[in-house]
This record gives sequence, C-alpha cells and structure tokens, in this order.
Amino acid sequence: MSAVYALEEERGVKKKEMSKVEEFVDVVVVGAGHAGCEAALACARLGMQTALFTVSVDSIALMPCNPNIGGSSKGHLVREIDALGGEMGKNIDRTFIQSKMLNKSKGPAVHSLRAQADKSDYSRSMRQVLERTDNLMIRQMEVTELIVEDGVLTGVRTYSGAVYHCKAAILCTGTYLKARCIYGDVSVHTGPNGLQAANYLTDSLKANKVELRRFKTGTPARIAKKSIDFSKMEEQKGDERIVPFSFTTDPESIQKEQVSCWLTYTNPKTHEIIRSNLDRSPLYSGMIEGTGPRYCPSIEDKVVRFADKERHQVFIEPEGIHTDEMYIGGMSSSLPEDVQIAMYRSVPGLEHAQIVRNAYAIEYDCIDARALSLSLEFKNISGLFSAGQFNGSSGYEEAAAQGLIAGINAVRKIQGKEPLILDRSEAYIGVLIDDLVTKENREPYRMMTSRAEYRLLLRQDNADMRLTKKGYEVGLIDEDRYQKLLKKEREIEEEIQRVEQVHIGANEAVQHCLEAHGSAVLKTSATLAELIRRPELTYEMLAEIDPQRPKLTADVGEEVNINIKYRGYLERQEKQVEQFKKMERKKLPADMDYDAVPSLRTEARQKLKQYRPESIGQASRLAGVSPADVSVLLVYLTGGMHRKQGENNE
Amino acid sequence: MENDTIAAISTAVSSAGIGIIRISGEDAVAVADRVYRSKGGRAHLKDQASHTIHYGYIVDDGEVVDEVLVMLMRGPRSFTAEDTVEINCHGGVYAVRRVLETVLKNGARPAEPGEFTKRAFLNGRIDLSQAEAVIDVIQAKNEYALKSSVSQLKGAVQEAVQKIRERILYQIAFIESALDDPEHISLEGYPERLEKEARELEREISHLIDSADNGRIMKEGIQTVILGRPNAGKSSLLNAMLGEERAIVTEVAGTTRDVLEESISLNGLTLNMIDTAGIRDTEDVVEKIGVERAKEKAQQADLILYVADSSQALDENDREILRSLCGKKAVLILNKSDLPPAVTAEDLKEMTGELYPVIAVSAREGNGIDLLEQTIRDLFYRGEISFNDEVYITNARQKADLVNARESVLKVLESISLGLPEDFYSIDLMSAYEALGAILGESVGEDLVNEIFSRFCMGK
Repeated sequence: MSAVYALEEERGVKKKEMSKVEEFVDVVVVGAGHAGCEAALACARLGMQTALFTVSVDSIALMPCNPNIGGSSKGHLVREIDALGGEMGKNIDRTFIQSKMLNKSKGPAVHSLRAQADKSDYSRSMRQVLERTDNLMIRQMEVTELIVEDGVLTGVRTYSGAVYHCKAAILCTGTYLKARCIYGDVSVHTGPNGLQAANYLTDSLKANKVELRRFKTGTPARIAKKSIDFSKMEEQKGDERIVPFSFTTDPESIQKEQVSCWLTYTNPKTHEIIRSNLDRSPLYSGMIEGTGPRYCPSIEDKVVRFADKERHQVFIEPEGIHTDEMYIGGMSSSLPEDVQIAMYRSVPGLEHAQIVRNAYAIEYDCIDARALSLSLEFKNISGLFSAGQFNGSSGYEEAAAQGLIAGINAVRKIQGKEPLILDRSEAYIGVLIDDLVTKENREPYRMMTSRAEYRLLLRQDNADMRLTKKGYEVGLIDEDRYQKLLKKEREIEEEIQRVEQVHIGANEAVQHCLEAHGSAVLKTSATLAELIRRPELTYEMLAEIDPQRPKLTADVGEEVNINIKYRGYLERQEKQVEQFKKMERKKLPADMDYDAVPSLRTEARQKLKQYRPESIGQASRLAGVSPADVSVLLVYLTGGMHRKQGENNE
Repeated sequence: MENDTIAAISTAVSSAGIGIIRISGEDAVAVADRVYRSKGGRAHLKDQASHTIHYGYIVDDGEVVDEVLVMLMRGPRSFTAEDTVEINCHGGVYAVRRVLETVLKNGARPAEPGEFTKRAFLNGRIDLSQAEAVIDVIQAKNEYALKSSVSQLKGAVQEAVQKIRERILYQIAFIESALDDPEHISLEGYPERLEKEARELEREISHLIDSADNGRIMKEGIQTVILGRPNAGKSSLLNAMLGEERAIVTEVAGTTRDVLEESISLNGLTLNMIDTAGIRDTEDVVEKIGVERAKEKAQQADLILYVADSSQALDENDREILRSLCGKKAVLILNKSDLPPAVTAEDLKEMTGELYPVIAVSAREGNGIDLLEQTIRDLFYRGEISFNDEVYITNARQKADLVNARESVLKVLESISLGLPEDFYSIDLMSAYEALGAILGESVGEDLVNEIFSRFCMGK
C-alpha cells in the first residue's frame, strides 16, 4: 500500500480517473480505533447505514500503547460507556488476562477497575462485533476529503476518489493525521506501530476553516519475555475475585486463571545514562514540536523534572497470552536506539533485555476541541462530529467515551432530536467532554478523578443507575436490561428503608458479632442503619445478626451500604449539584449577539464570541470570563429583546 | 431563578444606631423564624399574613441579640419579588452586625453587591428600560468590590490567606495524585500527617477570623461596656475619659432603649461606650437582673471596663460579674483611689487569676485616666494583627468565607477521626480551598491539575 502514497504527485490524476464509485450512507465514521468502533456501533445499532473507514482492517480497536483498559477514573468511563450501551466493557470482559480493582482501601468514589488485555484478542473480538453488526460496513480506505456545502457536511471523498454521500460524519483519526514517529534522530512518517499515516485530511480540514495543532505522545519499548529475569522483580497478581466491567456480564462467567505483571525500578545508573544523552533526545533538541502529556511523561522527562528522585517504578506487563512481548510501563522514551538499550539494561531484571520494538514518540495533528459544541459536533460545520485523540484527549477509554456520544448525537441530529449531553454532575463522560470543549487544553487530556467535582455521586458502582435509563431512551439499551435496572433500583430502595427500621437488640449474638468486627458493643438497641454507619462496619458484615435480610445480589448490597454509610457526604454533594445545575439550565442562545450586551469586559466579549458557550454555566468556566461578566449575562438574558430567547430558562 | 436566600444590612452602617437587615429568597421566612422570637414566644412568621409588622426579639442560641420590629412581605409583592423579611434593629451599629451574623448562621448567605437589585430585575420587578442601568450598577459594584477587596487585602492578611490556600492545595494534590496513581504514590501514614496539618490550618484560619473582628473594631470602634455596681463611679469615669463636662444622659430608664452609646477617640482607636440602664438604675433589684445583663453585655462587647468602688468591700454580685468576663478583653478599674481603700489591686488580681490589668483611678480628680487609656491601647495594639491602615478583614462576606473555610477544615478533621478513606478528606479540603479563593477573588480553575503535575511524578 504505502508505495502508492510515495508517489504523491500522482494523486490529482488518480482522483479524476477513479472518482466513479458513489455510495449513499447515513453516517461515515473515519477511523476504527476505540472512538471509531463505539461511534460506528452506536450509529449502526440505532438503525443508521454506517460506513466505517480504516487504513487497515487489521488495526481495528488496536491498542498501540499500554496493554490495559480502565484504571483510576478511566475505569469509571468504561462503566459509563457500558451503562449507555457501548461495547468497550463487554469487549474487555471477553479478552482480559488479569483484573484488579484499584484503590479498594479508599472510598467508594475512587474504586476503579483495571484489566490487562490480550491485545490481539481485544482487537479481534471487537472486529468480530463490528463485522456481525447489521447496517455496518467496514472499508479499508483512507478518507482524504470532506465535502461541505454551505457549512453542511454532505459526504467524504476517499483516496481512491470514491464519494460517500452521508448525512453525518464522525472523525476519529486518533494519532494518524500527519503522524510522525520519532526516536533519536530517526523520524518516520507513519502512524503508531508503523501503520500508514493519514496525510490528506488535514488540508481538507484547514480548507474548511478548522484549526489544527500538534500534540505528542509516546510509548515504551517492548521486550522479549525470555530475556527478562523476573526473579529480580516483584510479582503483581490480579484480584482473587474478579469484578466484570460490564453490568451485563455474569461475574461467575469470568472467574479464570490470570497472568501476572511485574514491578522493578530504575536507579541512579539509569538516570545517569539518560542525563548524559539528553542532548540526543529529539524532545530537547527541538525536533519534536508537539506538546506532550504531563501525566504520562517519558522517562527522560521524569529524570529531568524530578531530579531528586532516585528511582522510578517500572511495570512489566504482558502484551497478551499469544505473544511473549512485554510492555515496559513507565519508561516511554524517544531517546536514540543505543541509549534505549543501555537504559533498559540498567534496570534490575532487564540486564539482558532484547528489545522487540523500540520506544518512540509520536506527533500528530488534532483540533482544539473548543471548535465543538457539547454534542461533539463542529460549531461551524453542521453534521460533522469528532471524537478521541483527534479532539485532543489521550487514552483508549477517553476516546471510546467520546466516540459513543458522537455516534449517538450524529444519529439524533439526523433524526432531528435533541443531542444527548451529559453534564458534569451526571458522568465522568460529561466532565471529559465539558473540559475538552470548554477549557484550554495545552496537552493531551487525560481523565482524572480530581477533574470530577461531584465524584462521590459519579461512582463506578452506580454508573448503571446514573446512565442506563438514558441509554434506554436513546435506544442502545434493550427492554430486558432496562427492566432489570428498575428492579435493582426498587430492591435498593426497599432495602434501605428496611435497614433504617430494623432494630437490633443488645443480645449476645449481636455483641459477639460487633466484637468480632472490632466494634463497640451496644448499650441499648440500635437500628441496622446506625450500625452500618459505624466506620468499621458494613452492610455485608451484619448479615449474621439480620435474619430477616432478603436475598439480594452483591451489587444491591453495595449500593445499600454506600447510601447509608456516606449519606451525609452524599447529601452535601447533591446540594452542590443543585447549585451547579441552576447555571447549567440557563441556556445562551446560539445566535446571541454579545456586542449588544453592554458592560462586558473586552476579553470576555471576545471569548464568548469565539467559543459561544451553550449555557451560563459553561460560560463561567471559560477562561477570561469573570463572575462579573456572568452577572451581566444573567441580567441581559432575562431582559429586553432577549426575553423570547430566554424563555426556556428556568 | 436564583432563589437561595441572601441577607445584608440594607441601611448604611452609621452611628445612627438603627439598621435594617433584609433577607430575600425562598427560605427568607424560614430563616427569619429561626432567629425571631415573638413577644409571647409562640407566634411564627410563617403563619402571619403578608405585609404585616411584628414585634419581638432576635435570638442567637437562646441569647437575645436585639429587640426588633420585623416586616414580612411575601413574593411577588416585595422589592425582589421573592419572599422578603426586613428586620428593624434598635440596638445600634454593633447589634445590627450581630443580627446579620445570626441570620447568616441560620441559613442565609451574604448578598453580593447589588444582588437585591439584580434579583428585582431578574424577577421582572424593575422596569425593563432600567436594564442597562442595572447592568452598570452590577458591573461597577463588582469591579469596586474586587478592587477594594484586593487593595484591602494587600499585605499580611492576603499573604496569610494565600499561604493557607497553597498548603491546602498541596494536600488536595497529594491525595488526588495518590488516587489517580496508586502505584506510584502511597497514602501510608497520611491521615496522621494531615490531621496535624489540618489542626494548624484551623488555628491559622481562626486567627484570621479574629482579625476580621479586629478589622471591624478599627472601622466601627471598640464596643466597650462599663460594668459595675451603682455608685461605683461609672458615669464620672465616662466623663473623665470624654475629657469634657458632657452630660451623660441618665434619664433614659423606662424607655424601650436601655442602651446608651458615646464615642471616645483614643489616639486612633474609637471606643463606643455602652452603658446599661439596667445596672445603673435598678438599685433595688441589682442582684439578678444586673448580673444577667452583665453577662449578656459581656458576651457582645469587645472590651469591658469593670468599675469597682475601692472604698467598699466587694460582694457576691461583684464576684459573679467578674466571673462573667470569661476570657474577654477587660480592664478592672479601682475607682475612688482618693478615698481610703477597702479593696486593693491585689484582691482583684487574686480573684481573677491575673487575667486582667487592674488600674487605680480617681474619676473625680482625673488621676489614673492616662494610664487607663494607655492600658486600653496596649490591649488592642498588642494583638498579632497590627492595626495599620490597610491590613484587616472588614468585609462580612470575607469573614463568612473564612468561617466556611474553617468549618470545612473541621469536617476534614472529623472525617479523619471517623477513619474515613482519604478521598473524603479532599471533598472538604476543596470546599475550604474554594472559600479562601473567594476571598482573594480567585477561582479553582486549573490550579489543582497544575499542582498535581508540578509536584508529583505521575503515570506510566
């Protein structure tokens, strides 16, 4: 394939010759990574004729970096995707090789599931789901051009010249746009893993007044398992009891043998090797211009920025069970090949490491997502949506979440329905998208628990209760699953009421149970709820002194426990959410004339005109808009000639 | 619309001594009912007809703050078109402040500059043609508020708030980093460390809250109460301090106002002298009423001047009044030093555990007055927050923010003592951080994310 692309001058000629194929579909999805897969599945499942384009069918749902799904706050995203009817959770449940609930000793808000995937199984399994989905057509072809008429997207053109007319398109180009992989002074114009880059779409975007920028990310080397001495490392096993990602997966069905990961450390020698070769790093020589993520720094970044640290953790993770390649987590790099070899070999257990694939940095074109509205549609191109790394995010889960929402909203746009917009108090997905389209992001954006203001309400355990109803209304959740959810909610509610009312007497069995759990004995009777609120006790522990307890599943028990135990905190957070919602509900009309609003500060006026926030709440999160400007908007909105437009306000 | 309940003093704060506190919003009547006690103690405002006036008391934790008239206006027939309650205070500048604080403590939040007007407008109460004028008012007030709060905060207090805020942010960032990257950053032993830090933070915020009171003292004067048995020489002491033969009104007993104020300027400090009619005039029932009033006034005052007649032995009432001073700033004055003493400075010191300075004066002859004034000045200049022109918090809103910050830090301590997991701490730490940010006019924004990345090495 790539030989064809070397002959760039031929392109124009070819286009004329080959523009004979013309197809009509409802939705075109560009890119079949984690965003593209969710987007295409959502569209097709909602009845749209969907064409999914990829530069290589073999790279569908590829995991070009870390071999895991989930992790802190990302696990929340996966749960939310699942609750809305997406595929990621189910796919990792089918293909994981190790699973771990992180932060189990912490509060319920930050429990987070992470699973190691068999990369090839993950990819293959997702491909099969796509292949077997009605209305979904997979095409191995590069999309090179958007066809936009009067600000409305009407189709795309492929490298071969074929035209696909469509009602909506979703760009999920990941790191492929004008991609360049770099280590040392070696620079290759390819996407990840040596896959073909997409070099044309950028120009078409620019022609349609979409501004692009360069971001950078990186990946560590892969090392052959047989060259690693695991006896010098700490073993990291999976959980004994495996919890599935998907609310639809029966926990019993996924209890299985797991593989281990391994932990080792860098040392002063490693750091010395890196330091003495910094001048050969493309990052420091200026060869890389893109902005890299601070949360996922290369090892050379860490050594420079945290110079006082004597060691950094290195995680050795299997890439799958069908391969012996091991991922060297924590040591991504773009140093020259010889430095990489020396640096990896300075780490205990890696003395004889055989590198299979070099570490590299990758640079790519992406947009400033402030060009999008909260539905992930371009503000200036009707019918064009985008998701994933193209929007300036990073991570498989962030991409999948946006893909799902973009897919749903592309369909709703075609159907003339209101978009599905989750706000910051409803889902991590809401936080993710609001941050992306509202705030200035200077580096690839990663989800973090600290970004979610109301995280005690946005737990991974209650994602179904937060979102499955929405998924049902959208049409991605079937009746059966919805009825199960309603039943679960009823059970939780009834059990909470029961537990509040059941009195436990100070009898011997009770005292014995309390003592066994290190809790003070009762002087008089107490309700079960009062006991559950004791820090050292849980709903689960009290089963033996609660003979009337109905038979309930573990997840119902967990909800009962959390809702009773942390009620005060939950109520405080719900109050905050009420305040937050008030401002979100005050909508700003899309055609709002900010020049006609007196007293706005110049900077605020500019930002408001440029980014056109959708609500007063969103406006208040724009950099450059002060509380005083928000007051001005509030007053203006309700008054004068804008009364009509403001009528939907509460 | 924005119907959370707001309150503010809606008359200019002046020595006129009468002030109106306006409460507006959904819970205005409920908030008022929480602080209002009718004369008979039974009637509730919620049961009263709109546009009626009620006589009674404002009560804070069972203690009467002031005697008031309360006006009840239900929305939409009010200025803001929301339920509105206006409290007319009679007790002077200080009482007006206290009533507002009581209201704020009971569920209202301090109103923003121009907020009543804004609500009136938003609720369609003001003519639309006035829209622009209203915007300008809000804009101007906001900028003024920002400017003045910034300039006012220059120096020590601003720095102190800033520092506390940075320390809180560090703790939040640490917790968040550990949660986002549990494999790299450990929370082992962290609750103990945070507990220590939170206690210190709480102390420092409390200091700032005290400074808020000091700031008010600077602006409005030191609320000074003169206590003492009849004929101890309170009036003559007041005259001596006024430095001129100005008659103190003594014929006010029996009116509704039992408090009398006089201002004395003392080298830059203003003393608002509050003399209580009750103690002065009810010679026959000194005992109970006098002592109770003394306690009540002592609670409210910044400074207590206790006057004893040194020519007569102390009795049980003196002792009880002295006990009611509990921790307040006070000066014990042995008047009539020109007469043979029955009580000495040592006697008084012994009784009060040397908590208060004791000064011997002769109000009649003017002896010892200079020393008394010097002692008072020392009491107020010696504090940790120095009284120069700019450094203090006077704004009720800023004080409310500090109080909120302190409450949040206390909640953190509570979560720690309950053994809750670390992520619960950051919920309240964040509230504290935000409250302090409001004082400085800074929002949370990207602070946290930047802090996390700059301080903690995260990720794979």
